[in-house]
Amino acid sequence: MSLLEVENVVSGYGEEMEILHNVSIRVEKGEIVSLIGPNGAGKSTLMKTIFGLLRAWKGRVLFAGEEITRLQPEQIVRRGLCYVPQVDNVFPSLTVQENLEMGAFIRDDDYRPRIDEVYDMFPDLKGRRGTRVGRLSGGMRQMVALGRALMLDPQMLLLDEPSAGLAPLVVELIFERIRAINQQGVTIVIVEQNARKALENSDRGYVLVDGQNRLEGAGQALLADKQIGELFLGR
Amino acid sequence: MAELVGYGVVLGSIITLGAIGLTLIYGIVRFGNFAHGDLMTLGAYLALLLAARLFPALGVSDSRLGALSFGWVMLVSFVPAMVVTGLVAVGVDRLVYQRLRHLRVPPVMLAMASLAMAFILRSLIYIFWGPDFHFYTSGLRPMLMLPLGIKLRPDQIFIIVTAWVLVVALYLFLQRTKMGKALRAMADNPDLARISGIPTEQMTTWTWIIGGGMAAAGGILLGIDSQVRPEMGWILLLPLFAAIILGGIGNPYGALVGGLVIGVVQQVSTQWLLPAYKPAVAFAVLIVILLFRPQGIFGGS
Repeated sequence: MSLLEVENVVSGYGEEMEILHNVSIRVEKGEIVSLIGPNGAGKSTLMKTIFGLLRAWKGRVLFAGEEITRLQPEQIVRRGLCYVPQVDNVFPSLTVQENLEMGAFIRDDDYRPRIDEVYDMFPDLKGRRGTRVGRLSGGMRQMVALGRALMLDPQMLLLDEPSAGLAPLVVELIFERIRAINQQGVTIVIVEQNARKALENSDRGYVLVDGQNRLEGAGQALLADKQIGELFLGR
Repeated sequence: MAELVGYGVVLGSIITLGAIGLTLIYGIVRFGNFAHGDLMTLGAYLALLLAARLFPALGVSDSRLGALSFGWVMLVSFVPAMVVTGLVAVGVDRLVYQRLRHLRVPPVMLAMASLAMAFILRSLIYIFWGPDFHFYTSGLRPMLMLPLGIKLRPDQIFIIVTAWVLVVALYLFLQRTKMGKALRAMADNPDLARISGIPTEQMTTWTWIIGGGMAAAGGILLGIDSQVRPEMGWILLLPLFAAIILGGIGNPYGALVGGLVIGVVQQVSTQWLLPAYKPAVAFAVLIVILLFRPQGIFGGS
């Protein structure tokens, strides 16, 4: 059984604007999987549909074997699936510590040990725990965003363009942290414009074009693929 | 002048109680609640109902507290008046605003609906209590002479102290408790709050209870300072908006400073202007802020 199964999903915005025409993906436990493709291919739409922010018009989404197609994000998050949006993924007027606490909002147990674990994973944040996140750099904010999502000890993280707008060195650092998170047993799905970076750091990748799956394969195989090279990798 | 500043702090403390709720509602429910002034009026009348009608009818004897013009019955009436006003605010939300939210109407529609609610609330107050002025207590209210030429009645010192106790309590709630932090988080980024599993409708309910309760307290204190009448909150609406825009709309800490500034500016202006122009002064301040610093003193990203 795959941890996440998306079967023949059709989805979009409003009543008319169909973005995903027929998309199916599978993610196995423990994997890092990238969704790549040109602008407007429906990568972010797919992620929002999985997480219940958009309604699937057709098809179904299964997480850990159970159907979550019609669930609200508030319910999905309780099943161990967390989502980090591309923009506005922190609470800017709250401190670093408060952002992490909000990530743990639905936890009833003592989450303080988990906060320490998140600080261990992002040591830069520890010294800034009392700083308002709005005053931090883009890279630090991205760490707060990841840290917030990790507070629930999720089984799976959905990351929408974690490298967007970051300097190359910071991108390197973020992907290194994403791999470390994966090492701890968290399955990860990444949507990326930066296809090369994403595929280099992934076990597998899906190429989405015009709201449909175009290709699927191991990260390295897709990187070597001539067609993809022409499409997105600038070769 | 010092005397006017003293009165300004009294008025400013009352405005702050209204403004904090108004700005919280703006931040979390996402519209300007034009009925907020009338929630203050409702709170004042509910306290009147309890302190001046219900308790005397029950034969409860009351005696003045020290130099204050009222007794413990007034203090006892405070909390239920705040709670009921908060519940009325929640009820109005369920009946009107929540339905409109589910229809995904633009914020201006919600604001217009709240304007209608303002008229409805005030009309109900006219129907039940009539247009006359009421006083919580009758009798003389002597002045105290304080240093620096400040003259205040003991009641007014009570108003300032009570307002600040409530403001500090709200500050601690927002700063220290999980629920308070979640309210700030939701004001900051409602989508991320939802993604984090924060129950947004429940947060909205709490916002109305807090906003309505604080408004009621402000209305009661205004009634203690002067008198209880149907228009008392409505005429305060403009200063309330001026205060929250001055402090950066949606920011409860800004509303605190904004409320005090507007109160003091309004009262000090009477040095040169007729008191009837006080609302115009709040309006002038509002326009100046909007022209030169529309994000407010504490606004910005």
